[in-house]
Formats: sequence, C-alpha cells, structure tokens
Amino acid sequence: MTESSVRVEDKLYYNRYLVDVGRPHVKVRAHNTPSQQLRALLKACPARCYELNETGQVEVTVDGCVECGTCRVIAEPSGDIEWNYPRGGYGVLFKFG
Amino acid sequence: MIDERFDAIVVGAGMAGNAAALTMARSGMKVLQLERGEYAGSKNVQGAILYADMMEKLIPDFREEAPLERHLVEQRFWMMDDRAHVGMHYRSDEFNEERPNRYTIIRAQFDKWFSSKVREAGTTVLYETTVTELARDSRGKVIGVRTDRQDGEVHADVVVLAEGVNGLLGTRAGLRERPTPDKVALAVKEMHFLPRETIEARFNLKEDEGVVIEAAGTISRGMTGMGFIYANKECISLGMGCLVSDFRRTGETPYGLLDHFKRHPSVAPLIVGSEVKEYSAHLIPEGGYKAIPQLYGEGWLVVGDAAQLNNAIHREGSNLALTSGRIAAEAIVHVNSRRDPMTGTNLSLYKKMLDNSFVMKDLKKYKDLPKLMHTNSENFFLTYPQLVSRAMQNFVRVDGTPKIEKERVTVRSFVKARSWVGLFSDACRLARAWR
Repeated sequence: MTESSVRVEDKLYYNRYLVDVGRPHVKVRAHNTPSQQLRALLKACPARCYELNETGQVEVTVDGCVECGTCRVIAEPSGDIEWNYPRGGYGVLFKFG
Repeated sequence: MIDERFDAIVVGAGMAGNAAALTMARSGMKVLQLERGEYAGSKNVQGAILYADMMEKLIPDFREEAPLERHLVEQRFWMMDDRAHVGMHYRSDEFNEERPNRYTIIRAQFDKWFSSKVREAGTTVLYETTVTELARDSRGKVIGVRTDRQDGEVHADVVVLAEGVNGLLGTRAGLRERPTPDKVALAVKEMHFLPRETIEARFNLKEDEGVVIEAAGTISRGMTGMGFIYANKECISLGMGCLVSDFRRTGETPYGLLDHFKRHPSVAPLIVGSEVKEYSAHLIPEGGYKAIPQLYGEGWLVVGDAAQLNNAIHREGSNLALTSGRIAAEAIVHVNSRRDPMTGTNLSLYKKMLDNSFVMKDLKKYKDLPKLMHTNSENFFLTYPQLVSRAMQNFVRVDGTPKIEKERVTVRSFVKARSWVGLFSDACRLARAWR
C-alpha cells in the first residue's frame, strides 16, 4: 500500500459532522496560480479538504474539516485563506476526542 | 442575548476554561461560560492523560465519579527505526496505589462530566455558541464578547480566554500573535476499539491498569515529532504529531505518517483486528517558555493552550491548562473580593502567581529545548535512532565476531555519521538545554 492510497475519506466517515450547508467557515481567496502556502495545504491538511481543480486552482471543501487550524497557521497570514470557526453547534462533533 | 451583566465570561469549555469557571463560580462570582460545541468536549482532542494532582486541587473526590479509563502502571519509550525499536520501560506496582497518579481518559466523555460540575457550581453555560469578537470600550479595555447568537453581545468585568491553541479572539484583537508553523505541532489520532481482554493481554495488564508508549525516531522521517499509543479500557488511542513547519517543508502527509506508524512491526500487532471509530486532529503548542504571550491586560486573561502553556518535553498540557485556569480564577477572585477594577495592573497578580507555580518553573527549565530539537531534527529523529538501533542489533546478535570488533564498528558508525565534533556538540547542547 502506498501512502497516496491512504483513504482519508474513509477515516472521516467514522466521524460525526453537522454541516452548515452553504456557509463554509474556511474560504480560499480567488487566484490564478496557487501560492506556495496554498500548495502546502494539499498535503498538510489532515482531512484533505484542499484539492486542485481541473484548471489548477486550490479549492476547499469544509464538510470533513476537523477544525485543527493547520491551514490557518500556514495560509492565513498571507491572506490566501479566510478562517473562522463554524457557527455554534456546527462542524465536527467528536464522540471521543 | 442575555440581558444581564456577569462578573466574568469564560470563553471555552476545555480543561483551562472549566477550571477557571468552576473556581470563580464556587467563590460566588456570577460566571458565564461560552462553548461552541454541542456539548463540552465535542471539539476537544487530546491523547489523553490526566494527572490526578491537578484535578484533585479542583475536585478532590473526582475519582469516584469522573469517567476515567486506566491508571498508568507502565511507561515505555521507544526509539524507532523502520524495522526495530530500542526501548526503555518503567513499570512499578507502586502505581497500583489507593489514589493513582495518572490516568488515561477520553476527553469528550471527561469534559462532559467536568462541565456538569461547572454547572452545578452555579456557572451559566451556553453551548453551541461561537464567540466571534471581543467587545472593547473606547480606550481598548475588554468589556465583554460578541457571539453568533442573535443580539449576541454580552458584558462582564473580565473575560478569560480559554479558547485553545487555535484561539481566534485574542489574536484578532491583537492581544497575542497567531501561532506560527514552527511553534505548533499537528497531531492526528485514531481510536482503535478492541475487547477489553485483548487489550489487557497485549499490554500485559490486569483490571484497570494502563500503559503509555511514547515513540520517536524514523517514524517522523527526520521531522520533529513523536508517536503515541495509550491503552484505554476498550480502545487504544494511537497518534502521531510533527511540527507544522516540518510538514510544510517536507510535504509529508499527516495520515501517511500515521499509517506508516501503524504498520511498523512493533506497533501493528498491538492493534491488529481493531475497529477504528474516530479520526481526529489537533494542534499542540510547542514553542515553550519563549512563545508565551502577554498573559493579561485591561479586562482580560489568557490561559491554557491559548497561552502556549504546554510542556512538550514531558508531554504535559492539560495539567498546565487546569492549573493556569485555576490560578487565573484565583487571581480574579482576589481582585473581585477587594472590589478593585479588573485592570491590567490588578490582573498582573495572575502572572505573579503563575510564575511561582510549577507551570512557569518547568517551562523555564526547558526554555532552550524546543529550538534545539527543531533545528537538529534530522539528527535527533533520523540519524541517531538508526545508529542506536544498528548498535543494539550488533550488540545482541551473536555471530562469531569478537566483541572488541563489534564495539569498533559501533563507534565508527557514530563518528562517520556525526563526526566527533558533531557528537560532542550535540551532547553538550542537549545537556545545557536540559539542565
């Protein structure tokens, strides 16, 4: 088994989420070519929320976000992403933590 | 939101926030605590180990009703290369005492219980409420918070920021810096469920005895990081953490490292056949003493992970959170009892009390270690573990080579990898930082 074959989606499936539909708490700033910081998120995000789209931009899907803040630490200072916590009650709900 | 005024608002219902709210409420202060999760603990992630002494100071008889997993009778340290580990174990029957010293816990369950104690003490706790901003007066004094509830502004004399390592409020208000990638580690963890008897057999335990394994070496691939395996009653907490700056530099993935750690021949047999029921991730403050921000100001205090209060060397975080939360609350209670205003000058009592506690003394002792580990990670987490493992194998494998020749091979391998000067300077720097 290679590392790229680790299925993060399967891991996230164990978790409970209450998704705040239509109100993502993390947003990526519009860009043509992703910055170094945005590229780093493709690998560093433990929930693999960041992906490249067909035209080469970094997109975020927050449904599986575990709210760790790694992407905030890496990419908020450069303005590449806008980071907030989900509204009260929404987001990941750890049973064990 | 709530049309009343409070003596204090606590942001967050983790270890630090609960300790602070409990202490203030018990002394008769009118306390509001705000937590963004559905219940306390629903957003909290930890390994997790609870140190009894710090908890006893808050709830002396917590052992009778708190959801605890196993009390620890054994600690293992593993230095790993890809196929082996060199280990040190400490196991003592003295840890099977009347009032055990350390327990494994499951944070979501423990925090829920802890929060019920905070409510019983008289704190008003609002869950599912995200604080979005600090409210300040024209001179910049913190006078309360704004939340995501309708008409969500609420006022108090003092705000305790127990918002965790990734706290947005304090950094947005300019009270402290946002953590930088070299000052926080990202840890990922899975909960592996197995029958109780299986866990006890695999870890050599009886009844509620527990074991902790801390592992370092090539598992982090030259990055500053560690793996951990904690035995709970019916599950095993298994995780791996490395500095965010190292993840960024190397392009390694957190789940890739975790999977690699799970497949290590020393680890795999412990979890074989388990059912995974949760995958979590969390940042851990790693900056140590030098990363501690301003701890108080006009109308506010910061406690726990939000204040970078974590002893990474001893892996003590939640007890520093519990203690700083309690001490902050005691300082506030003191100022409040004299009817003094919650100014920065008066709240500086918190810093004085914290400086006199083990929290700051311990962090000060290791003030140079984070930098040493972070700048020499290839040596400490890749080169040395490989050398030590090879030396051990050479030492124990009997193959007709004279022992004197075996010794020469080992010494030569160390010198070749690091040179005499390198070895000497690593040893000196480590000793100096540890002292």
